[in-house]
Parts: sequence; C-alpha cells; structure tokens
Amino acid sequence: MTLTRSAPALRAPRTIGVLLALSAALFAIFLMTAGPASAATAADGDPYRVSGNVQLDGEPLPGVHLTIDGPGGKQEVETDEKGQWKVSVPEKNATYTITLDEQTLPAGIAVVDPDDDSPNVKEAEMGAGGRITVNFFIGEGQRNVVSFWDQLLQRSVTGLSFGLMLALAAVGLSLVYGTTGISNFAHAEMVTFGPVAVAVLSGLVGAGTIALPIYVAIPIAVILSAGLGLLLDVVMWRPLRRRRVGVVQLMIVSIGLSLTLRYIFQFFIGGGTTQLPFSTTEKIPLFGTVQMSVVDMVSFAICIVVIVGFAIWLTYSRIGKATRAISDNAPLAAASGIDVDAVVRVVWTVAGAMAGLAGVLYAYYRPGLKWDMGAQVLLLMFAAVTLGGLGTAFGALVGSIVVGLLVEVSTLWIPSDLKYAGALVVLIVILLFRPQGILGRRERIG
Amino acid sequence: MDWLQIFSNTASSILSPATIAYALAALGLAVHFGYAGLLNMGIAGFMALGAYGYAISILTFGFPWWGGVLVGIGAAALFAFVLGIPTLRLRGDYLAIVTIAAAEVVRLLFLTTTFDAVTGSADGLSGYHGSFRSSNPIPEGTYGFGPFTYSHVDWWVRILGLVALALAAVTVWRLMSSPWGRVLKGIREDEDAVRALGKNVFQYKMQALVLGGVIAAVGGIVYALPSAVSPGVYVTSLTFFVYTALLLGGAATVFGPLIGSLIFWVLQTFLSNVLPAMVAAGILPFMSQIQAATLRFILVGIGLMLLVIFRPQGILGNKKELTFVR
Repeated sequence: MTLTRSAPALRAPRTIGVLLALSAALFAIFLMTAGPASAATAADGDPYRVSGNVQLDGEPLPGVHLTIDGPGGKQEVETDEKGQWKVSVPEKNATYTITLDEQTLPAGIAVVDPDDDSPNVKEAEMGAGGRITVNFFIGEGQRNVVSFWDQLLQRSVTGLSFGLMLALAAVGLSLVYGTTGISNFAHAEMVTFGPVAVAVLSGLVGAGTIALPIYVAIPIAVILSAGLGLLLDVVMWRPLRRRRVGVVQLMIVSIGLSLTLRYIFQFFIGGGTTQLPFSTTEKIPLFGTVQMSVVDMVSFAICIVVIVGFAIWLTYSRIGKATRAISDNAPLAAASGIDVDAVVRVVWTVAGAMAGLAGVLYAYYRPGLKWDMGAQVLLLMFAAVTLGGLGTAFGALVGSIVVGLLVEVSTLWIPSDLKYAGALVVLIVILLFRPQGILGRRERIG
Repeated sequence: MDWLQIFSNTASSILSPATIAYALAALGLAVHFGYAGLLNMGIAGFMALGAYGYAISILTFGFPWWGGVLVGIGAAALFAFVLGIPTLRLRGDYLAIVTIAAAEVVRLLFLTTTFDAVTGSADGLSGYHGSFRSSNPIPEGTYGFGPFTYSHVDWWVRILGLVALALAAVTVWRLMSSPWGRVLKGIREDEDAVRALGKNVFQYKMQALVLGGVIAAVGGIVYALPSAVSPGVYVTSLTFFVYTALLLGGAATVFGPLIGSLIFWVLQTFLSNVLPAMVAAGILPFMSQIQAATLRFILVGIGLMLLVIFRPQGILGNKKELTFVR
C-alpha cells in the first residue's frame, strides 16, 4: 500500500544518521539508567533440569501427568514407559512446585504421604547444581482429583485473560499494518520494552540509581512505550515512507530493528529472568475450582477497560474515524483532507503504549521478564491478527481471544509444550478455508 | 590482544561447516525469495527437517549416512509440498506468516518432551557419526596449513559440504538461465502476465519451493555433520540471519548467497573474537565480556536495516533486477 505524498526522497546520509542516532539514543537511555548487566547468560532451550520417577512397588507407571510450576512458567509432562519424566527450566536457585495429576494414575492408587495433606503436590528447591530429582510415593489411598469440566473452566478463564492480554498487543500491530502496510516484527520488542522499562525504573535490573514504587513505574513505563512508538515513527518509519520503500523491504527493515532492539535489551538486562514485584501473590478461589491472584484480576480488569476505551476511541473519535478511513483507502483519505502522516504518528504512539502495557501484564502472566519475551508471543500476535483479518482492529481482538482460548484449552488434550504449536497449526488450517480471516474482507487477500 | 589468534580464527571460519551450511540455506532462499519472489520466512524449518531427518534416520532406524541424507532431503521436499498447497495462492505477507508459523511448529515438535525418545527434546541429538566417519577415505591425521589445519574428519565434512554447495550452485545457475528459470523470474515480476501467457503459475512456484527447500535441508545436514543437532539452533533468528547473509550478497544471484554467507561468518567470527578481547584489554571499559559478545548481534540487526534501505540488491545484485516486488 502506498501513501500519496509527493515529498522529495531523502538523501541517504540523513537516514543513516537518523538510524545511528536512534541506536545511540537507545544506548544512552539505557546507559544512564541501567548500568552493567547481571552475569546471567542467554540460553535457547533452558539449561536446568527437574526430573523424577513415578513407580508403584518398583513397577514404572507410564502416562502419568505432572505439572511443574516455577520461574519460567507452568510446564506439563507425562512419564515415559520407564516411569521417568524430565523438564527443562530456566533458573537454578529457585523453588519449583511439582503437581502430580492423580487422575492419570491407574485405578485405585494415589500418592501417599501421611505427613502431608496434599501429597501429590511437592515443592523442590533447585540448588547451584541445576538438577533436582523429585520422586512420588504411590500406594493405595484417597485421591485429590479435579474433574474434566472444572479443568475446562479453569483453562477457559486463563485462556480468556491471556487472549485479552494478547489483544492489547495485537490491535496495535493490526492498526499499524492497516495504516502503513508494515508487518512489524519489531512489535515484539515494543512489547518487551514495557516491562524492561518497569524493571529499570523500579531499580530491579542494573545499578538501581532510581527505585520508584511499582505503581508509579508502570504508568511511566507505558508513557515511555508510547514515546518509543512515536520516536520510531518520527526517526525511522516516516522517512522510509517518504523514500517510498516497498512493504516487503519495510518488513525486513522491521526484522533488522527487531534483532537490534532485542539484543540491546539482552546487552543491558542480561539473559536471565527477572521477577517484577507482587508476581507471586496468593491465589484466591473464586467459583468452582477457578483461582486467580489479585494481580491476575487487576490485569484482567485493565485489559477490559483499555480495550473498551480503545474501541470507543476508534469508533467515535475524529482520529479514530480517520484511522479507519486510512486503513480502508489511504489515497482517498488523503484526498478528503485527512493528514495521513499525523494520524499514522498517533497510531504508532497508541500501538506503542498498548504494546508496552501488554508487555507488563505478560511479564506477570509468564511470570518474569526476559529480553526475548516479546519474540516468544510475536507469532501468536501475528496468528491473532491474521485470524481476525489483517488490518482490522476488531478482527485482531476476536482473533486474540480465539488464540488465547485455543492455547490454554488445547492443553487438555495435547502436551503443554506443544500448545503454541497447536494454535499455529489452527492458523494454517483456517487460512486454507477462509484466507481473509474472521472479520476480513474478501478482496484483501489478493 | 592476540591478533594472530584472532585472525587465525577468522580465517578458519571461511571453511567452517557453519559457513557452508549458511551458504546452502541462503542459496535455497535465493531460489524462493530472489528468483521466485516467495517470501519464505521458514527457512529454519527446512534446515531443521534436514538435520533431524538425517540424525533420526541414523539413530532410530539404523540407516547408513547417505540414507540419512536422502531422508532429510525427502522430509524437506514433503514439507515444502504440504506447505505450498495452502499458501502459494496467498499474497506475499500471508505466505511469510504461514511459513514462519510452520517452521516454528516444526521446531516445537522437535523440542517437545512427548517425542523425547526419538528427538532428544531440549538436549537434541548426537552420536550419529559412526557411518559417516567410517566412510571417510582420508587416512587418519592432520592436514592443511596455517589457520586451515584440520583433522581428517573435519576435512571430510568440509569437502562433502563444498561438493554439495558446488552441485547446488551449478544446478541453480543452470536452471535459472533455462526457460524454466525465466518463467520463474517472470512470475516474480508479474504473476498475472505469466498466467496470461498460459503458464501454470502455481506449479512453477511449487517446484521452486521444493527445490529451494531441498537445498536448505542439505544446508541443515551440513550444519549437523560435524557435531550435534540442537533444537535451539533452528529458531526464527536463524531464518533472519540467513536472510541477512542472502541480502548481503544479492538475493537474485547465484554467487550472492555464497559471498554473503562468507562475509557474514567472517565478520561474526572476527567480532566474536575481537570484541571480548578488546574488553579484556580495557579498550571497551564500559561493558563486560558477555555484553561484548551480544554487541555483534546488535550490529547484525543494524547491518540488516542499513542493507535493505540503502543497497537492497546486495553486493552482487543488479539494481534493475530488484527483488522486492510489490
């Protein structure tokens, strides 16, 4: 898609300067606030190992379901034919909670431990060695089970809150695509920027020259995220639009930007996971087996308020209407007197703010912030946007909720380390039958 | 700073299996992206299929090493075919999203603990070298000069890698100057015009997708030949790095991917040696050695942006045959 502006093409040196200035500015911001990073190294695939055996009187029990919770989020695993299980985890010197699903044990037996009223849940401390073994003692006894429908309900609630959080990030991606035609891979880093800014402002990473309380740090971080969106548009995307760079080139530029920002984050905060304050608050039972912590509920409420506010803004405000007009037909919008550049600048700012906020909420959901956390959900955001219909903001909302539910509910049937794969397979299959997405229009697929 | 060691390591990377593997993958991508105009963002998935197909067929099914190579190639060809059916009718950005998603699905399937017995999950696979190393005709010993001194095993890996690269390059070169290649370039420039001439555009695209995928899979095998297969390698970043190498050399050229991969790895090796050394010598006092190692990836990102904006045709490319259509 092209924007009809007859601006003279910029000379190359100026854009080089702009790119360098952008990188230098980001460096400077971090140098002032961050200081040297912690010594944690990056790892693809997590380096440490929790493992164990499930046996009944020396006989291995295959197919028993276990959940391992701790830094890096929940993981699920089944025992193999030797009754053994193992998972990889990102951190040592941390506590992991291992829950054995007693419903997957053969009939009539359960985990027994007379000193413990919930013997199927164990906590294990991972020391400096990076490897721990957790064994369960199985015998005949009373089970602690959760029925299928209760599990479905719990997963649906989790999925809905994940979907809303995803929507917060994805509508920005979709708006940017609609108004400028950029498939912005760097949106992942705009998501990561939010929690990174929170961590820096509240003194969690780096030298800690400033240490604001978390409820002050988060709003400032969201404002900074909006600033990042605006800055990127002013110093980079707008000059590129004026050079009439093609959309495929813009997409690859955004990949370069994504790599640059991602490794700048790693440069300053290191490769480890940092927990934000209040990330391990107690879960409160709500109804049935559904449990949510206060942070979960606040995050859920924030998502709904922001999304409703955004929807009203997009539907009724002048700029919202102009945004949709540009998404429909940019040359026509420009000819009707809409200042396309100004609207696009607003879109980038809004997208930045919402991505930053979604990132903060995601850091609580995972839990913990990491230099590549945005890239971990980038594909899910793209899936949501594509599923809903490229370039339609409300489509991205619908798509996100579908993807969120799909990711969480599918773990009832497939191993949880394949839950993202399941969502991506569904994306490919849906594109087969309805390539324009749920709310997209037929002609957009070209 | 030990400049001799730094330059020796850098020179050695010219012949490293990683360089040859990137060159093969970039050549496959040149067929997809440069010649056919297919925005394939899943090249890492093709490489993973090659590597895992090779390792699994040897470890689990006891194939000889050349059988493993055939399985790896077959797996990638099948993947290309299955992927092509739904996606080749879609517009470019849809193709990009679907291919990147499919490659991630492939990686997650190799990473999951569900198939640990076959894929080794997060540990990956190793110890599949017996058949390959026993087929080595080079007598035991160390050969070469200066930085290019390798053992007989290392030479065997490099020689086979270079042979595969030469074969692939000649194949692509001959195909692209044949009528088939000209139709392919026509599809890249204007699909509708080619369709109006009575050509089956879908079939041409499919053939290009399979051909490029197979070449990339051979790259994945070469990557896995010297040591081990690790799922952490075949992440989306690998696709981006291969794109960087390809665009550096020139997307719609035969030698561009080779030159691009060479420059990419020589620079990477040089920076990964020189930056920590500079920190150790106190020249970059404001960062740690780990940060210095991260710096080179930041430079890759900046390099990719500058390249696409200011020299999209790459070092060897022709500005008239620009590859960013639409």
